[in-house]
Amino acid sequence: MKAAVVVFPGSNCDRDCKTAIERSTGARVDMIWHKETALPAGLDLIVLPGGFSYGDYLRCGAMAALSPVMPAVAEAAARGVAVAGICNGFQILCEAGLLPGALLRNAGLKYVCTPIALEIANLQTRFTAAFGARREAIMTIGNGEGHYFADDPTLDRLEGEGRIAFRYLANPNGSARSIAGILNEAGNVLGLMPHPDRSFDADLGSADGALVFQSVMASA
Amino acid sequence: MKATVHVFLKAGVLDVQGKAVEAALHGLGWAEVSDVRVGRTITFDLNAGDAEEAKRDVAAMCDRLLANPVIESYRVEIEGS
Repeated sequence: MKAAVVVFPGSNCDRDCKTAIERSTGARVDMIWHKETALPAGLDLIVLPGGFSYGDYLRCGAMAALSPVMPAVAEAAARGVAVAGICNGFQILCEAGLLPGALLRNAGLKYVCTPIALEIANLQTRFTAAFGARREAIMTIGNGEGHYFADDPTLDRLEGEGRIAFRYLANPNGSARSIAGILNEAGNVLGLMPHPDRSFDADLGSADGALVFQSVMASA
Repeated sequence: MKATVHVFLKAGVLDVQGKAVEAALHGLGWAEVSDVRVGRTITFDLNAGDAEEAKRDVAAMCDRLLANPVIESYRVEIEGS
């Protein structure tokens, strides 16, 4: 099993992701600098990590979406490789057009950093299967722009197609329909505001995030 | 020529900065203020054949990068030649 974490200038959860994936799944994890134009062969998972890529210039994720590595990420996604964008990575996937919608400033204007209860809205995805029959999980969020927005027809489609993977039990930021994580149409690209990489061990307050990585590797 | 791009959140997209600024203006006594929107202005020099071509180019730049059409609308001004 093999994973890659893409490192953008300003990423700050890249090493957390590497450690989380290694300890949760035993997979080998390569760190890929954003200037690379090719990804290693045989990847089971690509992670776009959290942080403040390009200092959040222009819009969160807007500059990173144009990084040299992104065509290779899009190509791998089109081939069915699992891609997870966590926090800033979610913003990058939306800016790159790999996921619908956008992330706005939190409704309360505050950066929110706290463990938060989530509903696993779809248990039959490549990112949630390992939760078994569990409907709830705890993961940590840490963002100022995590307020998910999409127009109503898009939201209806996401709901109708089972593409809302995670919802907040208590909405911390005004996200439309309490969305915390969504999937692309094919179900192999996940955007997630909470951090499984900060919640993969009981010593961190919750080990539920490990199940996200274990789900992907079980389907690999 | 000089291009100026004004980018704002679309009507209907919650502008929390605008709301906060509006509340602050009300606090200062300007109760008559409403619908405050906070946006962004981007200016740059551009070599283009004519103003029409410049407008087309800048609109393409807005669609690709300068604005996010999911949440933002933009207005382009071209000055000079």
